[in-house]
Amino acid sequence: MPEPLLSIEGLTKTFHVAKSASGNTRLKALDGISLSVGRGETLGLVGESGCGKSTLARTLMMLETPDEGTVSFEGTNPFGLKGKELLAWRRRVQMVFQDPFASLNARMSAGDIIAEPWTTHRSLYPTSRERDERVQELLQMVGLRASDARKSPQEFSGGQRQRIGIARALALKPDVIILDEPVSALDLSVQAQVLNLLNELQKELGVSYIFISHDLTVVRHVADRVAVMYLGRIIETGETEEVFDHPRHPYTAALMSASPKLDVTGAKRDRIVLQGELPSPLDPPSGCRFRTRCWKAQDICAEVAPEPQVLTAPDGRRHLAECHFPLDTIKGLTGAPAATANAL
Amino acid sequence: MKTAADPSTRQNPQGSAGPAGAQAHDVVLQVSDLAVDIRTHRGTVRAVNSVGFEARAGETLALLGESGCGKSMTAKALAGIMDPVCDLADGRIVLNGTDLAALTPKERLKFAGPELGIVFQDALTALNPVYTVGTQLGEAFRIHRGLNAKQARAEAIDLMKRVGIPEPESRVNSYPHQFSGGMRQRILIAMAVALNPRLLIADEPTTALDVTVQAQIMQLLRKLREEGQMAVILITHDLAVVAEEADSVAVMYAGNVVESGPVAEVFADPRHPYTKGLLESVPVHLERGDQLKSIPGSPPELHDIPSGCVYQSRCPMVQDICRAERPALRPAGRRRTPSGTATAAADPEQTTSAGTNDGGATVRPVRTAACHFSEEITNA
Amino acid sequence: MTSSLTDGAASEGQEERQPAGQPPTRNAPDLRDGQPGLFRLLLKDRFAAVAAFVLLLVGLTALVGPALMGDLATKQNLLFANKAPFTMAHGWEYFLGSDSLGRSMLARLVVASRTTLSVALPAVAVALLIGSLWGVWAGYHRGWRENVSMRVADVIMSFPSLLLAVVVLYVFSPSAANIVLILALTRIPIYLRTARAESAELQSRTFVDAARTFGAKPNAIIFRHVIPVVLPTLLTLATLEFCYVMLAESSLSFLGIGIQPPDVSWGLMVSQGRQYLQTAWWLSIFPGVAIVVTTIAANVLAAWLRIATDPAQRWRLALPRKRLIARIPAKEAQP
Ligand SMILES: Nc1ncnc2c1ncn2[C@@H]1O[C@H](COP(=O)(O)OP(=O)(O)OP(=O)(O)O)[C@@H](O)[C@H]1O
Ligand SMILES: Nc1ncnc2c1ncn2[C@@H]1O[C@H](COP(=O)(O)OP(=O)(O)O)[C@@H](O)[C@H]1O
Ligand code: SF4
Ligand code: SF4
Ligand SMILES: [Mg+2]
Ligand SMILES: [Mg+2]
Repeated sequence: MPEPLLSIEGLTKTFHVAKSASGNTRLKALDGISLSVGRGETLGLVGESGCGKSTLARTLMMLETPDEGTVSFEGTNPFGLKGKELLAWRRRVQMVFQDPFASLNARMSAGDIIAEPWTTHRSLYPTSRERDERVQELLQMVGLRASDARKSPQEFSGGQRQRIGIARALALKPDVIILDEPVSALDLSVQAQVLNLLNELQKELGVSYIFISHDLTVVRHVADRVAVMYLGRIIETGETEEVFDHPRHPYTAALMSASPKLDVTGAKRDRIVLQGELPSPLDPPSGCRFRTRCWKAQDICAEVAPEPQVLTAPDGRRHLAECHFPLDTIKGLTGAPAATANAL
Repeated sequence: MKTAADPSTRQNPQGSAGPAGAQAHDVVLQVSDLAVDIRTHRGTVRAVNSVGFEARAGETLALLGESGCGKSMTAKALAGIMDPVCDLADGRIVLNGTDLAALTPKERLKFAGPELGIVFQDALTALNPVYTVGTQLGEAFRIHRGLNAKQARAEAIDLMKRVGIPEPESRVNSYPHQFSGGMRQRILIAMAVALNPRLLIADEPTTALDVTVQAQIMQLLRKLREEGQMAVILITHDLAVVAEEADSVAVMYAGNVVESGPVAEVFADPRHPYTKGLLESVPVHLERGDQLKSIPGSPPELHDIPSGCVYQSRCPMVQDICRAERPALRPAGRRRTPSGTATAAADPEQTTSAGTNDGGATVRPVRTAACHFSEEITNA
Repeated sequence: MTSSLTDGAASEGQEERQPAGQPPTRNAPDLRDGQPGLFRLLLKDRFAAVAAFVLLLVGLTALVGPALMGDLATKQNLLFANKAPFTMAHGWEYFLGSDSLGRSMLARLVVASRTTLSVALPAVAVALLIGSLWGVWAGYHRGWRENVSMRVADVIMSFPSLLLAVVVLYVFSPSAANIVLILALTRIPIYLRTARAESAELQSRTFVDAARTFGAKPNAIIFRHVIPVVLPTLLTLATLEFCYVMLAESSLSFLGIGIQPPDVSWGLMVSQGRQYLQTAWWLSIFPGVAIVVTTIAANVLAAWLRIATDPAQRWRLALPRKRLIARIPAKEAQP
């Protein structure tokens, strides 16, 4: 893996909510998340709705304050920054939001929306002529026309709005872009356009992506590495092909198996259909949090929470997974406790 | 014509219908030339235009298309529950030999109520928040079978068991908001199949759900379909769901069916550029980071659908004739003969032909496409 | 109706589509080509245009009317006392009747318009400005700022405003500026609450989050994203407050701390004329009508402005109203 640009250790975020059935008011949306992204790399983040993906993205963008854990971007922790330094950090990490309709202010023109970041970062393009030129450039870069700058968001389709959102995120020339379900609201044909655009931009500008999605097909196409999330924890990390082809954690395997495949050869797959649904994050199960739906669960799973383990196949390919009984699709798998949860 | 007064025959599919044979492929619903107009502030627009398809007992027909192409509108027209600004402009909706479009709304409700079940796209808003799910599930029995409250409740519990809701006895008195999204979708499905309809329309039943729950719901739909020998119309925009769940597919674009046929054939060898484009937009069988073949542009707005081929603005094969003349949905074959004349219908490999269509006894659904150059599409 | 407009948009759409590969834009049904100015849109909407005209008239009257009337409003003429309106028999100045001292109602209404507006306008404006800014700020930041602000609003609201006025004006002298201030103070909570509620909702919107991720300062976000959205609502509210303030001002007069005769305002005329309602209805009805008409006109104009300044709604104004209404029965015609 390339040298990590952004890394997270033990990030925890608790929300205080109205009382649940069990009288619990503390909702642990993130429970010790560790991750890292290298320069120019795409990290895919998958998981069911409500597992904490957006909370993680929002915490990374400092829209939420974590209770514990550290974020380090080229060695600096943004949560300690103030004033100019904070602004400089903000410039380098940007986000594209899930909903292309809600994330653009309907009262501003596309051009103003894209230029908005520069009203805070004035030094980037001090004169209005430079700004106008750059807006045109950005519009063209994301496949819109220069004349679109004057239009307001309602005049665009969902895919085009998402392009405006991407152009806005690019306006500050960031090093990392967090993409929270950037194509989920888009139709298939438009989704392909946006995926191509993201791919080209990465090749051209060398940005890193944290790509959040629940669509495994899309993640497989874009991500270099994948992290699988369940109830506020990363339960498996590894290279994309590894995780998809040889899932170690039962949940990963179930997720892969549940995702429908576009394969019309007719061969009926053996499917793992999980029983039940995601437990409430207000009252997560004891021990392993997946045990209520896991078909491999044993007594120990209810008592002891599994620690992250580096699992090495005989040919040297490695995964990080949290399970007492990892799936053994390759013979001769060996496990070793991970020194840090970021060991991969 | 069967009505709800005689449900017993269908509760026991093994008893009445023979083992999957010719009967299993009875055409339950035949739609032809369906058109729906919407009155908007910019004039009347055609949201659904000459749509036709057949749904067969024990099979799933998928209506596939991008958002806004008229899938839900078609479903609502079939069920007779369109918004007041929408009118059924044309078409026949033949359900078990009765043309629904010709009935008065009242007759239609009486006839179609028990025969046709529908599951809506939005599970949260489709349930009434102020009644318990038991009351809502029992309603159909009280209206159509005249059961009293107690009997209806017992039926409701039975239904909840059938759709796999745990502890139905205690949960029958819960309100919709006390259920998760997946459970709510199960309740909606239970409501739709309460009277053992011949036809079940499921409008994006899993779009708002996670893949793991989606798999559960699809499993449930399969089970119910087999138990009741229902015809299922599955509306979705997910190609993979179609590939896994459906027997035949009708691809819609801008209110028109542009291609239809058995799923395996359509997906393996699409005969319309749009279907082909959609299939190529799915990022599978590609090296990571490879360029996807996307379809440029976006679907037309309803008020400026071009007069020629609806797909002309995005089609890579567009010619002058496409702008001048709208291609009809006609039997599509594999390729043109070298002489250049379309010989699709005569292709011996195709079991389909215009002739077998009217009898309703075809074994396989007709393979059709609406493109002037359908035969020239090459699929590697 | 919009046929020319629609055709224009459609044919333009076609041209744009020709170059393959270029994503065609979805033409939102608005007026992209030559966006007509607000003024032309105003002329298209009959109600709003009439409302604007009425307001203009009221404004002009307040501005130049008193000068034209000279001392007519204060000149007593007992010969003409309590004359009924709508007759030219006593000269044009008595067309709207006269009061028990024989003063011309018309002249009094005109002169009162200036006093009324010079109290009500600044009072509404001050309350609007302070209440909105405060409310938007409290709603944006949530937390203690919001709680404290809401409690302060509760206290002001629960205090009988007349009592408040008496106390304040006892301490300070009852000058015109103080009357304005006191009227403004009692109405601040109205704007504060509305602005807070809207702002609290807006601050959780995604586009506000987006602005935060650029590092924009709260005040910049409030002015760029929150205020433009809440302003139309607050303006509509302010026009309704107009009516309230005009009447409230007259109750101050009764306590001897508001506008004092021989000065006159519409509110004062209404309350003075109330006791003669049986015998001389015009004494309070005419000023009452003046208040109501001014308020309604302002409200209609604000409602129109709300739509006209919202890009998502603006296209509505491009349609003649008639057409929209005429569409509805069309569906009954269907078999
Ligand atoms: N502001 C908040 N207050 C209370 N709970 C919250 C808040 N934000 C998120 N949560 C809870 O935290 C958990 C994780 O939420 P999050 O939005 O990150 O999920 P997600 O994986 O992005 O799901 P989706 O795909 O539906 O957006 C959920 O249970 C959610 O209800
Ligand atoms: N009540 C309505 N008024 C006007 N247009 C409508 C209405 N309902 C649906 N439409 C339009 O009809 C088209 C088809 O809608 P629908 O069938 O809901 O699409 P989908 O394929 O996403 O389910 C869309 O363009 C939609 O905007
Ligand atoms: S630890 Fe146990 S319950 Fe958890 S995933 Fe592994 S086998 Fe299943
Ligand atoms: S008819 Fe012409 S434009 Fe339409 S799909 Fe076929 S080739 Fe394309
Ligand atoms: Mg999310
Ligand atoms: Mg729909």
